[in-house]
Amino acid sequence: MERKVNQKAWFLVLPVVLIVCFSALIPLMTVVNYAFQDTFGGNEFFWAGLVWFEDILNSSRFHDALWRQFLFSGLILLIEIPLGVVVALSMPRRGLGVPICLVLMALPLLIPWNVVGTIWQIFGRVDIGLLGWAVNSLGISYNYTTDPLSAWVTVVLMDVWHWTSLVVLLAYAGLRSIPEAYYQAARIDGASRWAVFRHIQLPKIRRVLVIAILLRFMDSFMIYTEPFVVTGGGPGSATSFLSVDLVKIAIGQFDLGRAAAMSIIYFLIILALSWVFYTVMTAKRRDDMEVGQ
Amino acid sequence: MARIELKNLAHSYLDRPRDEADYALKEMTHVWEDGGAYALLGPSGCGKTTLLNIISGLLVPTQGQVLFDGRDMTREPPEARNIAQVFQFPVIYDSMSVYDNLAFPLRNRKFQATEVDRRVREVAEMLDLTDRLKRRAENLTADMKQKISLGRGLVRPDVNAILFDEPLTVIDPHMKWLLRGQLKQLHKDFNHTMVYVTHDQTEALTFADKVVVMYEGEVVQIGTPEELFEKPAHTFVGYFIGSPGMNVLDCRLEGRQAWLGEHKLDLLAGHHVPAALGDKVQLGIRPEFVTVTRPEEGLPARLERVDDVGRYRIARLTLNDQAVAAILPEGSELPSDTAGVRFEPSHLHVYMDGHLSEGGA
Amino acid sequence: MKGRWLIPTIYIILLMIPIYWLVNMSFKTNQEILSVLSPIPLNPTLDNYLVIFTDASWYSGYINSTIYVVMNMIISVSVALPAAYAFSRYRFLGDKHLFFWLLTNRMAPPAVFALPFFQLYSSVGLFDTHIAVALAHCLFNVPLAVWILEGFMSGVPKEIDETAYIDGYSFPKFFVKIFMPQIASGIGVAAFFCFMFSWVELLLARTLTSVNAKPIAATMTRTVSASGLDWGVLAAAGVLTIIPGALVIYFVRNYIAKGFALGRV
Repeated sequence: MERKVNQKAWFLVLPVVLIVCFSALIPLMTVVNYAFQDTFGGNEFFWAGLVWFEDILNSSRFHDALWRQFLFSGLILLIEIPLGVVVALSMPRRGLGVPICLVLMALPLLIPWNVVGTIWQIFGRVDIGLLGWAVNSLGISYNYTTDPLSAWVTVVLMDVWHWTSLVVLLAYAGLRSIPEAYYQAARIDGASRWAVFRHIQLPKIRRVLVIAILLRFMDSFMIYTEPFVVTGGGPGSATSFLSVDLVKIAIGQFDLGRAAAMSIIYFLIILALSWVFYTVMTAKRRDDMEVGQ
Repeated sequence: MARIELKNLAHSYLDRPRDEADYALKEMTHVWEDGGAYALLGPSGCGKTTLLNIISGLLVPTQGQVLFDGRDMTREPPEARNIAQVFQFPVIYDSMSVYDNLAFPLRNRKFQATEVDRRVREVAEMLDLTDRLKRRAENLTADMKQKISLGRGLVRPDVNAILFDEPLTVIDPHMKWLLRGQLKQLHKDFNHTMVYVTHDQTEALTFADKVVVMYEGEVVQIGTPEELFEKPAHTFVGYFIGSPGMNVLDCRLEGRQAWLGEHKLDLLAGHHVPAALGDKVQLGIRPEFVTVTRPEEGLPARLERVDDVGRYRIARLTLNDQAVAAILPEGSELPSDTAGVRFEPSHLHVYMDGHLSEGGA
Repeated sequence: MKGRWLIPTIYIILLMIPIYWLVNMSFKTNQEILSVLSPIPLNPTLDNYLVIFTDASWYSGYINSTIYVVMNMIISVSVALPAAYAFSRYRFLGDKHLFFWLLTNRMAPPAVFALPFFQLYSSVGLFDTHIAVALAHCLFNVPLAVWILEGFMSGVPKEIDETAYIDGYSFPKFFVKIFMPQIASGIGVAAFFCFMFSWVELLLARTLTSVNAKPIAATMTRTVSASGLDWGVLAAAGVLTIIPGALVIYFVRNYIAKGFALGRV
């Protein structure tokens, strides 16, 4: 849409700017402030320069947490996006089934995050949880409080349970906006089910998929409450993702400088990665194409 | 290319249709000749798209058969019927180039690559798309996109029929004429059976050899544009085709005389008067065949107003409380408020319950 | 396609099993929970719920959560509306940067902000108030609301604005009387998302409150730690915190798909 130049539009944006400044910029300044200072207690601070940053960037603890974080986010994207799309594709398009599906599927999205943690804490327990009991009675050793692999499986399963529905809802909305004529034309052209997906459905839900991937990436990268409730980051530090580790340092050890430096690095990583995702997925495609690919 | 036969065809969108009103398409039997250009004309919701989708196989009719060259196709899926369909809004595969769009139906049917290439280039040539083959289909104008969807149908070697569902809706007016001309040319060159759905009478009359007029789920007349004009089989056809539409006047029949109030009209020998009259008896006459006279020379009428529509003027009159339109010949003087009208008897039609009363019917 | 309903059905069943297990446990005594694994409570009891309902901190937990969620919804949507209008209709100095900057706030990990928030709100005397949580949640809800609303507004032809000005409407009157009804479904979707993210977020809500504004979900963890490993009460508490969300989805069920399909999200 053609937009007019109008500097007075700033007045319309002002409330948002003020409120976000108050709730984002001032705290962020505090964080930055800590990151460059050190304290011997009390309110005495002195300039520490980049010491904290070097410290963090060289610590193996940070590297481990970062690696775990990437593994986790990568895994859940690999599972949730295809699974969400498959479920959305097979959902009914009209009738009574639609609201039933939507209500039941959206339910996990509206459960407070610590309750999600509690549900899985109970569900996965070997002694009183259905999942833990069932897996063990199948002869597979599973205990998320002692075994790192079990803990990982539990946390990933929990996230898939919790968030796949968001992908389903977005993809379903995208699919619904495809006019019926496209499917009819594809039938007349003799397209296979796969060709319909590849050449009609996928291009049409591209936009919502970008949003879904971005949202899921950002939120999974920031995950804190759910794994904290279930595993507390353990066993050991097997499920200590970046946020969990950060809170441990900041509140557990009250190591504000290090925590602040880590926050900034953490934030910058998310920013950079989101930008890359966004640019790659929305890149303007060339108009000329190879023929007969 | 094929001859299309519809046998006792009817369709309802309900699972268990109970009466006439439940049917979107009322029972019909028709034959559409091989190589003909047919237009399905009618107002929105008259069932023309339903009929089209039954022919293309997107819908399975509730009852009856669809035959292509005598072969029963009623239950065949669309991909087995070898028909091409162009929809109201351009359907193209956004992520593909124009070339790949055209090649798509052939590749789905596992044609040889060289054969695909030959056919795609041939069709592109036909539709003036050659210089755009490498372009991404997404960024083309609406008329180009419609050509691509047409091309996807033409590219197949064994097309039985090409179906159009109001294909010019989203095209700019000046492009409409161009595209319609190209369609006509294509029909002349290749002689495909074409079925063209539209609610625009100009489009239908200029495109088709035979116009199929539909009204409330029924085919009310199939005929050449002249036949529709000269002898509308239904008052709806008379009213829908022509500008302004046919005058339809309620009347009483007594023997071979029609009464409009206390005014009497003698019918000709050619007019058929059935033994049992319908509930509603009407006379129909096109405004082209109504002459405005001085009061004493015709049936007395009151002139309401005169509309000037450019090429000619239309006199709006009331005769016995019923509206009558008449086209005034060029250069004729304006009649006064009280005037008379005369109907040309050979173009006067008698309708029983909407249908033309014809001899032997 | 035949058997197409199978996938959603299986998916929904899998979603429901953990919730079913929670509900199942909430009606059992601790003794039963720890001794046998039964698919239905053998001695159904309401004791766990009684424990919760006799504790006054539970009502206040519900009320507190509702207050700050509603406050947040109102603040987020009402500041986002004019901003989204500006982004969808005008170009101005720094508009693109501003939009991206807003979105980056959606990417800020709450864990990073927990401590600074605590200090900020303590220093301005807002600690343990509803407005503190509502403002903190604006951090991620305002950018989201602007984003969603901008998508919906761009879909409204700007001829509508122009016609209204020609007809002599002032900007505020035009905005409220003519423009807002046009994007009603967008406002609904934005409000739904604000509700959702404010309702489920706990890290900030718990950091910024102690007694007076403590959210329901935080009350739950407290009740549990007070009674040790009281699984039955924990499960009952979990069930009770699911209910409000379930009610909200039930009421907006018909708008979810419709609203989703229209706008950007």
